[in-house]
Amino acid sequence: MTTAPAAGAANETAPAELVAEFDAVVAADGRIEPRDWMPDAYRATLIRQIAQHAHSEIIGMQPEANWITRAPSLRRKAILIAKVQDEAGHGLYLYGAAETLGVSRAELLDKLHSGRQRYSSIFNYPTLTWADVGAIGWLVDGAAITNQVPLCRCSYGPYARAMVRVCKEESFHQRQGYELLYTLSHGTEEQHAMAQDAVNRWWWPSLMMFGPPDDESAHSAQSMAWRIKRHSNDELRQRFVDICVPQAEALGLTLPDPDLRWNEERGRWDFGEIDWEEFQQVLRGNGPCNEQRLTQRRTAHEDGAWVREAAAAYAAKHQTDTGREATAV
Amino acid sequence: MSTQNTDWPLWEVFVRSKRGLSHSHAGSLHAPDATMALRNARDLFTRRGEGVSIWVVPAAAITASSPDEKDPFFEPAADKTYRHPTFYTIPEGVKHL
Repeated sequence: MTTAPAAGAANETAPAELVAEFDAVVAADGRIEPRDWMPDAYRATLIRQIAQHAHSEIIGMQPEANWITRAPSLRRKAILIAKVQDEAGHGLYLYGAAETLGVSRAELLDKLHSGRQRYSSIFNYPTLTWADVGAIGWLVDGAAITNQVPLCRCSYGPYARAMVRVCKEESFHQRQGYELLYTLSHGTEEQHAMAQDAVNRWWWPSLMMFGPPDDESAHSAQSMAWRIKRHSNDELRQRFVDICVPQAEALGLTLPDPDLRWNEERGRWDFGEIDWEEFQQVLRGNGPCNEQRLTQRRTAHEDGAWVREAAAAYAAKHQTDTGREATAV
Repeated sequence: MSTQNTDWPLWEVFVRSKRGLSHSHAGSLHAPDATMALRNARDLFTRRGEGVSIWVVPAAAITASSPDEKDPFFEPAADKTYRHPTFYTIPEGVKHL
């Protein structure tokens, strides 16, 4: 159900009883549901995070859709269309979850279009070759899955349920990307080089998807306490690296990190320093495609206005007709 | 900039995953009317054959019990353990009971 009090309603003076009940549910690993009492800051954090997540799915359709018309075979084209359609679906599940917290869809889209809410900075990188479609599936969706699997146990019910659905579908995204890269990597010398180049460009931005290092992450500690988040950024990043190294080897490709080496003592892979300055620049809007992505989104929204208006007009007319029939009877 | 600032009505979507099972809540979506809500629900919730039947219900038409899920509304059931078969002691060895 989706009726919720307005976000940000002042509840500083919330009865201790309600606070205690909320804390008890979270501590017992229970789920908070839309109409339960919750702290204002919990609600605000979820709206920010779910909205950013939804926006990322929608903006994330662009870099891949860029290759639909140039897919090398009908098989690859059908797969890519299905994947991009899934991303739209994921955006809708997530907008639906955000709306249970008392924000409207129109408001969320408006905040995306005006730059007041963000989307993942990974989508501000360009897809220069067909191999990028493979690298995105393997690395970007792979990183997303690593982040999202723990979110299936998030303390907010509607978000957790949306993530279960998303995770089931992401697995196809990652595997199609991996298969695409494998095919290229074992093709001609040129195709192999194209696959390697794509991995070289997408590797570091994928590692940045886990967010800043733990000691600089603004929201981490509170989100962990609320059980919205289950593992730290650095832990998830390490997990992802450990998964990717053998997968890269099986692809016959290398990861562009000279410092990558097995650490016997930790039983994990050590990896090099991430260029956080680049991350900050992209966040600030100075990535290669920030402007292009937002412009395209706004244009798509404006170009679709007549469709929305026509559908609403049809519904209104139809409703009047039905009303007339009902009175006639 | 935004040409339409009001959302289409919200619909709750219920999907029967296969014959023999009841419809269960899958999520919600916006649509201008019931026909579009059904079409959107098909595209959104059954892209991989997850359903054989869909219901869409205007969210505004749903009446829900009180927001608090530990409501006194449900209390009358709490102290009636005799409604459960395990409440009763049956002599050892008695079968089919």
